[in-house]
Amino acid sequence: MVHVLALTLAALALLWTAGAALAQAPYRVGAIFSITGPGSSLGIPERDTALMLEAEINGRGGIKGPDGQLHPLKLVIYDDASDETRAVLAAKKLIDEDGVTAIVGTTLSGTSLAILDTVQRAGIPTISCAAAAKIVEPAAERKWVFKTPQSDALIVGALVDHLRARGVTRVGWLNVDYAFGQLGWIEFEKAAKKAGLTVVANEKFGQKDVDVTPQLVRVKGAGPEAVVVWSIPPSASIATKNFADLGLKVPLFQSHGVGNRRFIELAGAAANGVTFPAGKLLVAEQLPDDDPQKAVLLAYAREFESRYGPRNTFGGHAWDAVQLVVRALEKAGPDRAGVRAAIEGTRNFVGITGVFDFSPTDHNGLDRRAVTMIQVVDGQWRLAR
Amino acid sequence: MLDGVPQYLASGLVVGGIYALIGLGFVVVFSVTRIVNFAQGEFVMLGALLTVTLQARRLGAPAAFVLAVAAVAAVGAVLERLAVRPLRGAPGLTVLILTIGAAIAIRGAGLVVWGTDPFAVAAFSDGPPLRVGGAVVARQGLWVLGVAGAVFAGLWWFFTRTYAGAAVRACAINPRAARLMGIRVDRVFLLAFALSGALGATAGAVVAPITYATYDMGLMLGLKGFVAAVLGGLVSPPGAIAGGFLLGVVEALAAGLVSSAYKDAVAFVVLIALCLAQATGRLPWRVPATE
Amino acid sequence: MHAAGRRAAVLLAVLVVVAALPAVVSSRYVLSTLVFTALHALAALGLSLVMGFAGQVSLGQAAFFAIGAYVSGVLTASHGWNGWAALAVAAGAGAATAAAVGGPIFRLSGPLLAMATLGFGIIVYYVLVNWTGVTGGPSGLGGIPPLAVGSVRLDSDAAMVRLAWGALLLALWLAGNVVDSRVGRALRAVAASEPAAEAAGIDAARMKLGVFAAAGGLTALAGGLYAHYVTFINPSPFGFAYSVELVVMVVLGGVTRLWGAVLGAAAVVALVEVLRAALPALTASHGAAEYEIVVFGAILMAFVIFLPGGLGAARSRA
Repeated sequence: MVHVLALTLAALALLWTAGAALAQAPYRVGAIFSITGPGSSLGIPERDTALMLEAEINGRGGIKGPDGQLHPLKLVIYDDASDETRAVLAAKKLIDEDGVTAIVGTTLSGTSLAILDTVQRAGIPTISCAAAAKIVEPAAERKWVFKTPQSDALIVGALVDHLRARGVTRVGWLNVDYAFGQLGWIEFEKAAKKAGLTVVANEKFGQKDVDVTPQLVRVKGAGPEAVVVWSIPPSASIATKNFADLGLKVPLFQSHGVGNRRFIELAGAAANGVTFPAGKLLVAEQLPDDDPQKAVLLAYAREFESRYGPRNTFGGHAWDAVQLVVRALEKAGPDRAGVRAAIEGTRNFVGITGVFDFSPTDHNGLDRRAVTMIQVVDGQWRLAR
Repeated sequence: MLDGVPQYLASGLVVGGIYALIGLGFVVVFSVTRIVNFAQGEFVMLGALLTVTLQARRLGAPAAFVLAVAAVAAVGAVLERLAVRPLRGAPGLTVLILTIGAAIAIRGAGLVVWGTDPFAVAAFSDGPPLRVGGAVVARQGLWVLGVAGAVFAGLWWFFTRTYAGAAVRACAINPRAARLMGIRVDRVFLLAFALSGALGATAGAVVAPITYATYDMGLMLGLKGFVAAVLGGLVSPPGAIAGGFLLGVVEALAAGLVSSAYKDAVAFVVLIALCLAQATGRLPWRVPATE
Repeated sequence: MHAAGRRAAVLLAVLVVVAALPAVVSSRYVLSTLVFTALHALAALGLSLVMGFAGQVSLGQAAFFAIGAYVSGVLTASHGWNGWAALAVAAGAGAATAAAVGGPIFRLSGPLLAMATLGFGIIVYYVLVNWTGVTGGPSGLGGIPPLAVGSVRLDSDAAMVRLAWGALLLALWLAGNVVDSRVGRALRAVAASEPAAEAAGIDAARMKLGVFAAAGGLTALAGGLYAHYVTFINPSPFGFAYSVELVVMVVLGGVTRLWGAVLGAAAVVALVEVLRAALPALTASHGAAEYEIVVFGAILMAFVIFLPGGLGAARSRA
């Protein structure tokens, strides 16, 4: 009996050491997310998604490199605390100390813009999960930088088209005074002018404001046919509740920042009727079966929800970024220039945010098909007509 | 534009009530110990989030409220005993950094325990918002004012009608003389911190249905409460109350009448101008002198 | 004379070491932490002058850092100015703003004055956020050119380590000289007791204003260097939280010692980076970032309880 046990243990030990000898050097990928600070509600689902993918890929044995061998994926994740200085330090640490081949991140536009110089100078491919178009434009000066979220221009464009189709001509606008809100306003002002919409009111509120009623009163006084609020929870939910309390009868539109279960939980009944442009993840089940993204969306949603909680478009941006890096590693191995070229050459990649087609002049790779209009009905997400 | 003024006033008063409550916490601690307790805002956060957790455990709203307030009062007491006491006699700046460290630690603990998501809290009573003289006020807003009023009355009664309250006031006026009169000054310090914890938690519990509870709600609210307290010279409870309402109303009026973008900046400009006018003797009232 | 000579020698020695460091250390990460340490120390140095010698807490010092960063950034990025000229104007703008603001608010005292400095910081922050035409608003201002000496661009971490530490050490030398001079003695008299100093014929108000202006200039200089280093600025690192961080650095290092600012800045930067590196290993999980804040706060409290005089005091005791 003991002999059998000993033999089994010896065999197992042998197999284990053989396996260890065969294990190849891991492919190291860095990530910078805003796990704390104002960006944390975006950064945490991004981090969770990245970890989920790492486990999934390593569960399959790893990434199959161009040498034909399986390499485990090693993610090195740092928190930039939504702070530009920390983001710069994290990037330098990943490049020099941790020797990663590519960087995924950051979460917020400000921090992504802050590390541009560092990653370009070091020549390391970086895929940002932040929204600002400036991150990848002008393309000639952004050789090493890509991004996965839809640009604000794309999102705002979808909203403006929707407003126009509904015959709205007078719009009241409020945005949070954070970069996200400001960028939305810049795009909306441009798009509204082109579409012939009149912005009758333009107000700002702080991220930490406890009450947005005064601003809403000003907007109401200007007589709009629709009101747009551009923010993320919790201030977006506060604004929504204030809007309902004031009894404003016009339709309320918001940004993709509210594509988050929390928004509905916080705003309660006031959230019903809110319409906003966003990626397709939230309404994946309602998409027609011939939608190219449906299968990928459903698989991700199921996986994420079984582990972490309600699905989240920001996690989707991270999923796309990590997958793009993984595919590039499969083609080019742990070579920074090779990975960059591989990412740039990606065509027709079906991701969570959309279907990506990168090129030397387009490091975002998305078009209008990546945006759809969603409405909150009875506390649920519904594809808006 | 001016026909929005009743609404601005209403919003400003509700928000001002919250600032007043938080400001009182600063005043209670400072007047007795001469310490600015940077962690006051975090007491508010704890009160709000504890209420969320206790309500989720099926405790009735009143029980949850009382327990949350008691728990944060205990946190304040622990802070005084473990951190402030060893530093008795240290320069004020050093103790300030201590309270900053405490604020950071409490915020960090809040993050670890509750995460980053905001939590909704049930309002104390259900129902549509009320129309009061051309303005719309959410029911919880009235609760804020009601609770604040009850707290002010309770504190007044405590300070003027109880021995403990008199002891606190004595220490505020002159700790050495108080000690000579047989008052246990170190107990009063403890009481001050516990009381400020209770005040902060009350503010947090009553405001959470309006603002939601997040681990980082303490910084901004603490800041505004500090301003309210300073307007009262940091030693005068009625001054802090007036300061809180003043700040809330000025903010709302600034947002409504001047510019929503610059509302915080405008509020501060007005406040600083008021302080300057007071300091150069151009105002009819005096802010109570601080040493 | 001895003290001044010794100080110069020490500073020169440090300068030589720092200048030689990039030859030995190749990690951009380590060099970058050194750059940020020097910049924070320079900003905190200004504040320590105000707190140690004018005896005032300034809760809005971050505003001067922002003014320095934006003035230098806007002049170079949007108007093509020469970097050094822009930097000089930035420092001057910081000093001038401090002088202008200090005049009225120094009529307040105690907590009211602290609140006024706090309010000033917030006002500046909101101006930066909303004056989008000039500052770019919340989404910031990019493309700030690095400083250059002739045709040599100072855009590497190695070059910036030398520049930032050079500026810091120069500022320390100048501040040290002032502290040891008649002006310095007058300042210390004011800090000890204003009425007594006034009785001795010292114009306390002018002294305090002078210190405040000098502090504004130093902090603004640090901000300008920051802008040319990171080449992108937005308002969010310059808010109230940074003002608090500067106060923490000054007090940690010991308010009364000039070197305190350097020690405090180094301590805070080191603490953050050490936590970032150590926590994942200690908790064996990726979810460590959430613990950084509470551990930082706890360590800060421990520092203060066990080293109430600050790090500078600890060194002198040893």
